[in-house]
Amino acid sequence: MSTAVLNEDVMRSIIARYPRSRSAIMPLLHYVQAISGYVTNEGIEKISELLEIETAEVSAVATFYTQYKRKPVGEYHIGVCTNTLCAVMGGDAIFAALKDHLGIENDGVTADGKVSLEHIECNAACDYAPVVMANWEFYDNQTVESAKSLVDAARAGNPPAPTRGPSRLVNYKEASAVLAGLDDGLAREGVQAGEPTLLGLKLSKEGK
Amino acid sequence: MSKLTPVLSAHWDEKDSFTIEAYTRHGGYAASKKALAMDPDAVIQMVKDSGLRGRGGAGFPTGMKWGFIPQGDNKEHYLVVNADESEPGTCKDTPLLMANPHVLIDGCIIACHAIRAKRAFIYIRGEVTHVVRRVNAAIADAYKAGHLGNGIDVTLHIGAGAYICGEETALLDSLEGFRGQPRLRPPFPAIAGLYARPTVVNNVESIASVPAIIANGAEWYQSFGTEKSKGMTLYSLSGHVNNPGQLEAPLGITLREILDLAGGIRTGHTLKFWTPGGSSTPIFTDAHLDTPLDYEGVSAAGSMLGTKALQIFDETTCVVRAVLRWTEFYKHESCGKCTPCREGTWWLVQILRDLENGTGSEADLDKLLDLCDNIMGRSFCALGDGATSPITSSIKYFRDEYIAHLTNGGCPFDPVKSTLFAGALNS
Repeated sequence: MSTAVLNEDVMRSIIARYPRSRSAIMPLLHYVQAISGYVTNEGIEKISELLEIETAEVSAVATFYTQYKRKPVGEYHIGVCTNTLCAVMGGDAIFAALKDHLGIENDGVTADGKVSLEHIECNAACDYAPVVMANWEFYDNQTVESAKSLVDAARAGNPPAPTRGPSRLVNYKEASAVLAGLDDGLAREGVQAGEPTLLGLKLSKEGK
Repeated sequence: MSKLTPVLSAHWDEKDSFTIEAYTRHGGYAASKKALAMDPDAVIQMVKDSGLRGRGGAGFPTGMKWGFIPQGDNKEHYLVVNADESEPGTCKDTPLLMANPHVLIDGCIIACHAIRAKRAFIYIRGEVTHVVRRVNAAIADAYKAGHLGNGIDVTLHIGAGAYICGEETALLDSLEGFRGQPRLRPPFPAIAGLYARPTVVNNVESIASVPAIIANGAEWYQSFGTEKSKGMTLYSLSGHVNNPGQLEAPLGITLREILDLAGGIRTGHTLKFWTPGGSSTPIFTDAHLDTPLDYEGVSAAGSMLGTKALQIFDETTCVVRAVLRWTEFYKHESCGKCTPCREGTWWLVQILRDLENGTGSEADLDKLLDLCDNIMGRSFCALGDGATSPITSSIKYFRDEYIAHLTNGGCPFDPVKSTLFAGALNS
């Protein structure tokens, strides 16, 4: 993909959110991923031009944060939490099974470009462990089997809806647009909370 | 009388709890309206009087932090909300924002008024797409309803995967468009924070707790909790328990009480070790079941209340494996700015891997402790300090288990037994 599809008006509107333009680097990098699927050299050059800073300064930021990818990921980017709690509860088993099932290693992409795999750090959903993320949407309480069927369905083009998220799984570029702060109109979809989130409230209503 | 006190979580069970309609239905935005009619100093005093302390880990009194902002300096002031929830085990702000983002915006308006800021930034981690949608939509709805845009603006900033950005000065660097690395202090953010302007950085739960304080008064808030740890808070129970989840209770509740309420350790198993407030807080054992979970109680018992992330591990869990994995996390997330943390966490991982594999030696335990001694207090920020907590505390309580790996020639545990689906496979 080339910069031709990067919409300069959108980029300028992102910059306009901030009192100082340089603060827009991060959402602009998310925006480049929304258009190209990863952080391209063209994207870095465009950001450097709009912010009037060196490309090296943009690259320095792009390479610091793990969500910015310097090569294409899958249409569905799968993250398996293997931080201690999720790992112990089954995350290690799920990650090993997915690597084997997909025939790829950590940070690998399937040959059809549909699915990529990454082991991730704690994603703030420990009461739903083991947790798998797809395009950074929550798939709670996973098992080896449920994670395998998630990636199989994603490869076939019909992934199940996230546990706590909109009623369909958006693709990687669409999710990146949300992370660039662009509204996709899906905020009202999905549950307000899962069962564990409501545990204390429920117990309190039971008088416990 | 329930031991639980849902205030933040009071309406989370309503399907539309995240909407402005639901929040307004329950009296939302009345608190900011009330605060805006008050003198800013009176708002700060009220928050000081309430005893509210920072819920992001450090427990610093929120009102006092606000009071540090210089007044009449003719500079812009900023409020920055730390929603970069990434401390392993911590999972309270994320469900809060998914279920009720408006309470945070209500709190932002109050805090901005108090510190004479016209602008707040909410820095949310980037790995939670749907939470980003909810917060973004809530901000848009708050503008439409006229709560924002009349002198106070809120901007959402989305991170991109870096634990270090939970550290407040690294967060500020990140928000300014740089690599997220901590700053030397002083100057503190209250004097030179975002864009070198006076800035308050507060955790989501701290700011979200403010509307209820303004609405119900400092005395009401003070009536919950313990002598120096006032109010209620979200405890996040996870791991080997029958019912994990969020429980909002007065500060000072014990793990035994929480487990009794929530249905206990997973059936047929026993508590082995746990964290009171995330992986950076020294681990506890079953000897600490009755420790009051407030700032003083946990500290007196040798750990920290932290984020109240109660990660529970039963007897099937290998403590060396658990600590190794946390250490790998700190190594991965070390920003590289200071030598003790950058080099130290790398060496900690090497030694722990040998110990877990059974190829280390007993002398490695002393080497680990020596390394920790050279990281703790000598690192640029709390990430390095935090990396040492699981190691020193686990060696204190489970030295024998480390030794057993050496005599056994490897890990004596079966990892399958500690998985959530192990029970399902066996039954």
